[in-house]
Amino acid sequence: MAKYLLLKHYRGAPAPVNDVPMDQWTPEEISAHLQYMNDFAARLEKTGEFVDGQALAPEGMWVRYDGEGRPPVTDGPFAETKDLIAGWMVIDVDTYERAVELAGELSAAPGAGGKPIHEWLEVRPFLTATPTITECPHR
Amino acid sequence: MNEALLRSLTPSVLAILVRRGADFAAAEDAVQDALVEALRVWPADPPRDPKGWLVTVAWRRFLDATRADAARRRREDLVDEEPAPGPTPAVDDTLQLYFLCAHPSLTPASAVALTLRAVGGLTTRQIAQAYLVPEATMAQRISRAKRTVSGVRFDQPGDVATVLRVLYLVFNEGYSGDVDLSAEAIRLTRQLTAAIDHPEVAGLLALMLLHHARRAARTAPDGSLVPLAEQDRGRWDTNAIAEGVEILQAALARDRLGEFQAQAAIAALHADAPTAEETDWVQIVEWYDELTRLTDSPVVRLNRAVAVGEADGPRAGLAALAELDDSLPRHTAVAAYLHERAGNLTTAAKLYAEAARKAPNLAERDHLTRQAARLNSPRSSTSSP
Repeated sequence: MAKYLLLKHYRGAPAPVNDVPMDQWTPEEISAHLQYMNDFAARLEKTGEFVDGQALAPEGMWVRYDGEGRPPVTDGPFAETKDLIAGWMVIDVDTYERAVELAGELSAAPGAGGKPIHEWLEVRPFLTATPTITECPHR
Repeated sequence: MNEALLRSLTPSVLAILVRRGADFAAAEDAVQDALVEALRVWPADPPRDPKGWLVTVAWRRFLDATRADAARRRREDLVDEEPAPGPTPAVDDTLQLYFLCAHPSLTPASAVALTLRAVGGLTTRQIAQAYLVPEATMAQRISRAKRTVSGVRFDQPGDVATVLRVLYLVFNEGYSGDVDLSAEAIRLTRQLTAAIDHPEVAGLLALMLLHHARRAARTAPDGSLVPLAEQDRGRWDTNAIAEGVEILQAALARDRLGEFQAQAAIAALHADAPTAEETDWVQIVEWYDELTRLTDSPVVRLNRAVAVGEADGPRAGLAALAELDDSLPRHTAVAAYLHERAGNLTTAAKLYAEAARKAPNLAERDHLTRQAARLNSPRSSTSSP
């Protein structure tokens, strides 16, 4: 089993096929979208593949150390250029192919007009914490 | 009240119930009930035969539950078949449980989870913590696994190789939280060695002990990786090494070589060397030739190339490496090491950096990044690979 992070972007990813901003959907369409995400997570819990998932607020900012005894500097958000992450889900699956398959399903969440939004999801494998002994006996 | 005793009895009690015809999931529920009852009753009134006590109570619970499910005819059949009370056979049934938990119809992840639950007696929470997933997820994984094997006939002999693979998967997970999965795998493999007379079972136990013996030296206190050549051999567990070597020699004497015995032989040669320089690389290459014959695994060929590089020099190692697919995991790391030994420092630095980007875990990535930085930095000229 290996864990993968599925990242949902507000911006920074290629535009989805069904590209209507969420604030222009009907309330029913938004409910249907959220229901789809919840059902997806519940189903993965049943198959033993769900690890965690959260939605993130869009208001991010940059923070930087500003020297001894001074408060950190904050700046932004740089809404025009910054890639914004809307939320994430962590899955634990048997194969890479399964991770891609599930990301594809998640991307089919319904959007405006009840049609799938076909949004792009980023799929990133986790680095494992411990090295496997099997593969390298010279250790 | 000895929790370890209860845990060690659990699998055989479970196995006896399943053997008598109880469905796997129902049997497990009944055994859990019996364990709770034991915790309540035993402190004041300890039984003379703890296992017999548990079997009797669990079987009664199972029959009650079956009755409650209104499965009347099935219950009557089962009561008819109920064996007379008396001493319960031990080893044989537990062995069947190993085979059931490693059934080929299960995915590796499910087989591992079910083995830890049913044979190891770990709680779902402990298993979930060890695998860093939520308890609900692990509970579902286990209950799916139980459903998958619920129709499997218990008396069919299983495949030892599958059982060994599952145990080795558990061993390789290492540890996190309050469960040390490597130690757990060793414990279970020990039990299996007592139950089944097979040189490969002994080979796997020897291999685990020899790997485990080096564990304390394999990482620095900050979690960074320490390569074999730089490990403080004083921190190796000599008792575990001695036991592993002894078990391995007895297994090899039976002349039925398998891949675990061959891997254990390589690990034993490393463990035997008083210093890295005194490692018998020539013999290690010979064992890799055996292992290649047994498995023909590309990973084995890659490790063989490392051994050839040590036995016959880096150019011979690079020649062996050239015959392999360069998309193999760790291929680039091996190439970097051999190029450095051959004196091609610029190439080596570039390859170390590339290998770091491909590393499957943090410890290796950091280690390889440091190797690249060491070769790139004009200021450092001291440390070795």
